[in-house]
Amino acid sequence: MADPTAVPTPPAPAPKPAAAKPVAPALREFGEIPALQPGSMAGSKPYVANEKIQEAIGFPGALVEDWHDRAIGKMGELLGKYRSLQVFMDACVHCGACTDKCHYFLGSGDPKNMPVARQELMRSVYRRHFTLAGKLFPKLVGAQDLTRELLDDWFNYYHQCSECRRCSVFCPYGIDTAEITMAGREILDSIGYGQKYGNEIIGKVHRIGNNLGLPGPALEDTLLGLEEDVKEDTGADVKYPLDVQGAEVLLVTPSADFFAEPHVESLIGYGKVFHAAGISWTLSSKASEAGNFGMFIGNYEQLRKIALRIREAALELGVKRIVVGECGHAWRVAYSFWNTLVGIGAGGKDPFAIELQRQLDPRYKQPMHICELTWDLIQQGRLKFDKEKNDHRIITFHDSCNVARASRMGDAPGGQFEIPRAIIRAVANHYVEMAPGTTHEKTFCCGGGGGLLTDELMDLRIKGALPRMEALRQVVDQQGVNFMATICAICKAQFSKVLPYYGHKMQLVGGVHQLVSTAIRLD
Amino acid sequence: MNYAFATLFYFAAIVLVAGVAARLWRWGQVPAPLKIPTTPAPTTSGGVALRLARELVFFESLFRANLWLWACGWIFHVGLALVGLRHLRYFTDPVWGLVAWMQPLGILGGLLMVAGLAGLWLRRWAVQRIRYISTPSDHLMLALLLLIAASGLAMKFVFHTDVLAVKRFFIGLMHFQVLPLPADGPLVVHLSLVAALMLIFPFSKLMHAPGLFFSPTRNQPDDPRERRHQAAWAARLDVTKG
Repeated sequence: MADPTAVPTPPAPAPKPAAAKPVAPALREFGEIPALQPGSMAGSKPYVANEKIQEAIGFPGALVEDWHDRAIGKMGELLGKYRSLQVFMDACVHCGACTDKCHYFLGSGDPKNMPVARQELMRSVYRRHFTLAGKLFPKLVGAQDLTRELLDDWFNYYHQCSECRRCSVFCPYGIDTAEITMAGREILDSIGYGQKYGNEIIGKVHRIGNNLGLPGPALEDTLLGLEEDVKEDTGADVKYPLDVQGAEVLLVTPSADFFAEPHVESLIGYGKVFHAAGISWTLSSKASEAGNFGMFIGNYEQLRKIALRIREAALELGVKRIVVGECGHAWRVAYSFWNTLVGIGAGGKDPFAIELQRQLDPRYKQPMHICELTWDLIQQGRLKFDKEKNDHRIITFHDSCNVARASRMGDAPGGQFEIPRAIIRAVANHYVEMAPGTTHEKTFCCGGGGGLLTDELMDLRIKGALPRMEALRQVVDQQGVNFMATICAICKAQFSKVLPYYGHKMQLVGGVHQLVSTAIRLD
Repeated sequence: MNYAFATLFYFAAIVLVAGVAARLWRWGQVPAPLKIPTTPAPTTSGGVALRLARELVFFESLFRANLWLWACGWIFHVGLALVGLRHLRYFTDPVWGLVAWMQPLGILGGLLMVAGLAGLWLRRWAVQRIRYISTPSDHLMLALLLLIAASGLAMKFVFHTDVLAVKRFFIGLMHFQVLPLPADGPLVVHLSLVAALMLIFPFSKLMHAPGLFFSPTRNQPDDPRERRHQAAWAARLDVTKG
């Protein structure tokens, strides 16, 4: 026992106050469900958007005075516009089927990251203001007023959901937390309580044309550099064209493809595919971004406005086909929403949609995923590969959430699983699947989707990646996997950052067209 | 008491029908502006009907989620369906052939109900995650259903009630006549709780049953490239180039 009269020794110098570096949680027995750790993620929140960012996209600059009433009013408006929200608010029975399905819950143990509990943050307020039971007996049915404290919970926990829809696969009523997170963010934006990362990016897309803020001339430079690199590597004159009038294909790809590693390797691959198949194509400086963060904030007007750039670029360039590069949520927006939003697809009746339909070639799916295009070409025998060039790789495939659970490829349900895998098998010899409960529609989000790919959320991102890392560790240890292919820019960026925390090299992750690029014959 | 119960059941029936109709009307009124089926999803409306049927009959998604939960929930609901069918004999004269034939199954249904409900309730207490998300009304709802089932089974196995008189009472109500109802304790409890259930139904999570059919993640075909899907409020944005 310490002597109370002793002169206290000065405390040892405190470790540098620099923000504690997040560490990865330990990998568990495969598939284990954590015990609840209430409040463990209560401190996880992204930066709040400032006035400039908010006002640039039409939201109030800071939390408005009458935020409570406006939030309830907005909720009422959304309940009248989105059947998903209205039905999902009413139908949940708290059965708990979803409680162990969210990667953020599995990685953090915070009970508010169980999908049903995340929904209850909003449902409790819905009950209080929009249902008889909640008005009469709030305690009994778990209704509560929207206090400032609860509003902060909304901000924190609706930014701990990557809108990956894994919970909706297991819900007996198909309740999709993504819809509720989107509504939550839409309400927060409408009262001036927005997220910096996502809203800043939306501003950039409108101002400059892409999420990374890469202006046209820089883009042109980058593409010229790529052409030189590929020429040096392969001797072939593969082109990476920009704003070419009358090209057959307009390729819309996430802007990370233009310079980030490993993304650019896939862009190189797309170019080689077009070159080898002899298809003329172009990128567009106006539509130099496939991503659409309007979806992440649940704002239909932003979603539509960002999508309109693609239609305008397609009309201006006079292309016959629109093809989308490797990006998960972008493919969801393109495949599931573009036709609804701006008439890219069949059946649009407004003048621009009609003009576009006249222009686009009806023999092809519009829009088309780059994997659909490549797979079609492979099946027609128009591409040749030296598969052994990928022999140094033992490959597994990570299904990206938005591709897996919110879109399709090809003609049959599940084509989004089969086609990328078929491409990998066509270009490489060593392919391995991860554990069944972690792939296809049951895939785990990378942990960085839905507008959470920002540094201040690093702790959340590392924890959210845990379920995928557990499954990956299994195939790395048992089958020697050294390459995890994926078709999403966010997955690639997130894994590059997070893999080292789990003791892997960041080069473990890459694109499907990176593999295509390695093996394709260009002569 | 006859008049009290007659009034109660007329009132409960009106609340149930009107309440459910109002909620369904509301759900039908609100558009689904975007295509959001959880994929892989069927591409045709026939496929969607099949998907919904599988959900309705087998609780397909729940089966994928958790076997114990699925078993308890499914057993309870199958029991409930059998009990419901068995009870048709109180409202039909002559009793339909199928209903007459399945009477013993109805008793089995009652036992399944109790087993399923007990399992569901146990789970609410025993699993930390489920305890965390349970509200008082979640527990009360299970208690209510359990009491209804138990009081019904009690009348079958312990305190026999004059079921023919009960039947006359309900057939009478259907013809707007109030006939005498046996004044047995278990029957009074049973009928009061059923009326309470009818009154609560439209305002509670019990609406999950029709909810499935209105859920866009389950009831939309996966055909967004082939067919344009647009809500009226969203179509109004089309006139501008944006």
